[in-house]
Amino acid sequence: MAKILMDGNSAIGEAAIRAGCQCYFGYPITPQNELTEYMATHLSRRKRCAFVQAESEVAAINMVYGASVAGARAMTSSSSPGISLKQEGISYLAACELPAVIVNMQRGGPGLGSISAAQSDYFQATRGGGHGDYRTIVLGPSSVQELADMTMRAFDLADKYKIPVIILGDGVLGQMKEPVEFSREAPAVLPIREGSLRGAKGRPSRIIKTFTSNPSELEEINWSLFRRYTLIKKEETTCESFMIEDARLVVVAFGIAARIAKGAIKNLRSEGLKVGLFRPVTLWPFPDEPLKEMSKTIKQYLVFEMNMGQMVEDVQLALAGRGEVAFYGRPGGVIPNPSEVARVISRLYYQKGLK
Amino acid sequence: MMKPVYIRPKSLKRTPFHYCPGCGHSVAHRLVCEVIDEMGLQELIIGIPPPGCSVFAYNYFDVDMAESAHGRGAAVATGIKRAYPESVVFTYQGDGDLAGIGTAETIHAANRGENITTIFINNAVYGMTGGQMAPTTLRGMKTTTTPYGRDHILEGHPIKMSEILSMLDGVAYIERVAVNSPANIRKAKKAIAKAFQVQLDGRGFSMVEILSPCPTNWKMTPIKSWQWIDEEMTGIFPLGVYRDVTEKTSAD
Repeated sequence: MAKILMDGNSAIGEAAIRAGCQCYFGYPITPQNELTEYMATHLSRRKRCAFVQAESEVAAINMVYGASVAGARAMTSSSSPGISLKQEGISYLAACELPAVIVNMQRGGPGLGSISAAQSDYFQATRGGGHGDYRTIVLGPSSVQELADMTMRAFDLADKYKIPVIILGDGVLGQMKEPVEFSREAPAVLPIREGSLRGAKGRPSRIIKTFTSNPSELEEINWSLFRRYTLIKKEETTCESFMIEDARLVVVAFGIAARIAKGAIKNLRSEGLKVGLFRPVTLWPFPDEPLKEMSKTIKQYLVFEMNMGQMVEDVQLALAGRGEVAFYGRPGGVIPNPSEVARVISRLYYQKGLK
Repeated sequence: MMKPVYIRPKSLKRTPFHYCPGCGHSVAHRLVCEVIDEMGLQELIIGIPPPGCSVFAYNYFDVDMAESAHGRGAAVATGIKRAYPESVVFTYQGDGDLAGIGTAETIHAANRGENITTIFINNAVYGMTGGQMAPTTLRGMKTTTTPYGRDHILEGHPIKMSEILSMLDGVAYIERVAVNSPANIRKAKKAIAKAFQVQLDGRGFSMVEILSPCPTNWKMTPIKSWQWIDEEMTGIFPLGVYRDVTEKTSAD
């Protein structure tokens, strides 16, 4: 099909429908309202599909839980303060091994913060976010096309590993319009997951629960979750490298920050600076092996994030002292332009005597 | 050959109840299971038990069940019913769950007219956690967090959920019953059956509030707790039908 011009939030909605999303539950919050509105307009009119504007983020994520219990592909979306409210439900989804897709179009925080784009929910997203030992798969898109592609991938991953998947976008990605192409048509028959609850007809009754009064049983549940996480790490870790072959300094950035950094790197390359970009695409699992591999030849790293320094800790963990890590961050919803980032890169490049 | 007059409902598992002697949960469980059997719902019903004393309800009900987070039963039920409208969905919730932490979810599911049924156990106390004040605790009633009695100046008044919810247009049927005498237990069963019928007919939200004894946390004998429901509780929470739209020819 031909490319169409779409804002990021709407592109997620269209991609979700084409991925067989049957139920969407949302609550208004800027900067992700276009997604909720898209689903109200389009998903609600589809056969057997449901759109509900919930009374709260808490209710929305629990409706997702219910729809997932019944075997449907279900999603919710919000922005930072609303995602905090959803953490209870995400913990239950993870514990019950229920697939779900949760979109976070991040805005500046903490508190009510600002409505401008930020990346300050990285810790929350990649460490589980709610109570208990669990992880969610976290995808970090950096264009409208990737929002569409990753939404489809998110539904597939969620079903494959019975796990909640977070799409960690931001206000820029949600709001900006870019040409986008959808790789699939909506399925003729909506997928219903095996093992879901649809009444005990012709089989023994089933229970979906998290509570147990036996700590050893719960310990085994935790072990089982983490065995699956090991598999996910092995199979699904993705990253992008840009101009790193001869690079003497590599910028590590995700999402929209990587897009900004890429612009800066292109400009610096034209000035003869040997700089490249490493972009984690899955934020959890974090691509630490490729970074470790890279550290054999490249020793200087600059982590750039639109926060006070969160992913930088994962970079340091991955490098484990095998490279020098600097950090540049702009929190609160400030969006730096490529020339600002280029100045920072170039200063570090000359300071370290890489020229 | 003798005809059996009292047997275990098919949808009630053979697991012995963990409930305290005199607790109303076991009676309420049995009533719901009898209704499920008699209406032939066992193969299409999905139950949502809450955290709290009845967290293990899934060990007793032989039907599909999914545990809810505290207070979120009505939202979870909404998700299931919207995803699979052919199912019959019920939540089983206590007073802390439905009238405290889950008030918003309950009110809005009712107001949307979600076609689900709620079994609301009101025993005026948080049971599982050891007898703290519930939103429905009576004025003057002693609990572990109102050791001098619930003082309405500081702690407010018992919240009347059947009355509140009956004002909402999405609600099809609400009745408050009690399980403290054979006559009341029979009435409770009728109300539960009616609530499920309302859902089968697609009329909207239905709820049966059950005044239920908690002898352990009320610090009473089972017999005294039955009497206390009649003497004290029904004065604040009068029994009866609070809303019933089934008499009308079409849903409004």
